Amino acid sequence: MDLATVIQLLDSTMRAATPLLLACLAGLFSERAGIFDIGLEGKMLAAAFFAAAAAAMTGSVWLGLLAGVAASITLSLLHGAASITFRGNQLISGVAINFLAAGLTVVIGEAWFGLGGRTPALEGGARFQPITLPLADTLSGIPVLGPLYTDVLSGHTVLVYVGLLAVPATWFVLFRTRFGLRLRAVGENPGAVDTAGISVVRLRYTAVIICGLLCGLAGAHLATGLSAGFVKDMSAGRGFIALAALIFAKWRPWYALGACLLFGLLDALGNRFQSLDLFGMTVPTQVMQALPYILTVVILAGFVGKATPPRAGGAPYVKER
Amino acid sequence: MTGPPRWVDIALIPFINLALALLVSALVIALIGENPAEAMGVMVRGAVGSAYGWGYTLYYATNFIFTGLAVAVAFHARMFNIGGEGQAALGGLGVALVCLAIPWPHWTLALLAASFGAAIFGAAWAAIPAWLQATRGSHIVITTIMFNFIASALLVYLLVNVLKVPGSMAPETARFPEGARLPSAYDWGAWMGFGRSAPLNVAFFLALASCVAVWVLIWKTRLGYEIRAFGQSEPAARYAGIRPVRTIMIAMLISGGLAGLMAVNAVQGEAERLVIDSVQGAGFVGIAVALMGRSHPLGVLLAAILFGALYQGGAELEFEIPAISREMIVVIQALVILFTGALDNMVRRPVEGLFRRPGKRAA
Repeated sequence: MDLATVIQLLDSTMRAATPLLLACLAGLFSERAGIFDIGLEGKMLAAAFFAAAAAAMTGSVWLGLLAGVAASITLSLLHGAASITFRGNQLISGVAINFLAAGLTVVIGEAWFGLGGRTPALEGGARFQPITLPLADTLSGIPVLGPLYTDVLSGHTVLVYVGLLAVPATWFVLFRTRFGLRLRAVGENPGAVDTAGISVVRLRYTAVIICGLLCGLAGAHLATGLSAGFVKDMSAGRGFIALAALIFAKWRPWYALGACLLFGLLDALGNRFQSLDLFGMTVPTQVMQALPYILTVVILAGFVGKATPPRAGGAPYVKER
Repeated sequence: MTGPPRWVDIALIPFINLALALLVSALVIALIGENPAEAMGVMVRGAVGSAYGWGYTLYYATNFIFTGLAVAVAFHARMFNIGGEGQAALGGLGVALVCLAIPWPHWTLALLAASFGAAIFGAAWAAIPAWLQATRGSHIVITTIMFNFIASALLVYLLVNVLKVPGSMAPETARFPEGARLPSAYDWGAWMGFGRSAPLNVAFFLALASCVAVWVLIWKTRLGYEIRAFGQSEPAARYAGIRPVRTIMIAMLISGGLAGLMAVNAVQGEAERLVIDSVQGAGFVGIAVALMGRSHPLGVLLAAILFGALYQGGAELEFEIPAISREMIVVIQALVILFTGALDNMVRRPVEGLFRRPGKRAA
């Protein structure tokens, strides 16, 4: 493997890791506040569809982004209503949201565009265009570091950078603000938060809305950055992989970045090498494609250390009477 | 505390939930510019309006009984098995290997052996997530979903590279030998009007037998008691000497085995060969079926027939009104899960309140 291949791999790693990272941070906000969310997948899918549909109809990727985020937040609020207001089972609510998104995107897509659930291919202003970071051309001459900056870090769409910036932002909000302290507290011991006179319901709804916002960005990136339009089931389990990454990262933002880059790299490897020769044996394509899923199981099996979830996660809060 | 009458819990509330789900589905159909009443008519007529429709409705229902029972058994141990899709796919592999192994002399022997193969393969695919949950606490929802993806990759690999008929382009196994062919509804039910094309076959009776078996297991055996006790309260069960790892493993193995059995109907009974994606979402429908059926075999049976009708009706719907995609079924299924599972309290609280007040006055 020469340097050019490595650079290419890292470049696609960045792109593939972004939706995972955004979804992972989305899950982080929700789960830190005590709301399990296996509906990340569905929210991403819905956002991807509405982003692509709005972008295709208006020609503006920004309106697409807005539509995607709105769709994702709507589903978030549904999850919030089920798990906060009506104290339902959060897992079941998440599963329902995943199916709802999988079905609705195709039903609406077929009714609007009649392309078998796809949206028309996006081009020009309906897609996010790559951004060249300052000095990228000047620095490209420097060995190793030059291409690393020019080809790996520079030249991505805006949402990739939003994803990267969301990591320190999440860290700051969670660990350096009063809101973050309360949010973490409500996931560990909602009773204490309630005693302090702070509304558990309001905090949890806020967390769920932030989760929807970030999932919306992740979905929009899938349809308008990573590819040019929506395809049926295009999220392909990324929401679940993001959840595994979240557990791997032990619900911490910087570790989430590392975990998502790792999964991104696997994705990039799978795409780059359709079949791989390893020690004289040919690894078939299907193994390469299944690699992220297998790694997810391995990580969840806890062969990488013990992960303790927020203590009040998954349980509805019942105020004492 | 005296609750509301039993029929409220097992009949009225599920009915209201279902009505709400259908109402929202009608809204979706209206929003995409079609007529919900017309769509509903097409679906009902297509599903139950003719022997032809029933042949398909009951065929789909057979699949959903197996996957619904699978989810229900796991639910009793408070395990959420979303891996029915992968377990049923592996069950299909088991069925194919058994059916292609020898030229079967009679279908009864083939059915017995294939059921065994399907259940073993399905259970094996559930075993790893179950073991990881029981011993390492890995979230079974996520691991079973991952195993669905892995199963799909595995089956594509096997069908393309190993099991494919040499020289053929289609990624599917050879047709099963004649002796492994299960009698279809036409063979035993022609007098009821089932035609040659009806995919309904004897696996339907295997599904009914499974309902009875699960009922006996869960409510009439020591093991079933242990599973339910464990599901109600793990600390209490532990204190009573019920071993958690063993209970989780057994419940999940039974669950996986039931999901695998679906392949007897879909692979041996209908397709008569193993094709790519033989499950077609039935594993996921099992979740909605188990939730609607309140994890009771009788409830599962009724919910499975309802969903069978939805599937068959949905196919007719796409045929008659092309603007409504077949995926509308997935939407209805999602709404049923949402209203019966997650938003249950939205209906339950007011309805139970309605029934509790007169009781209090009497006391």
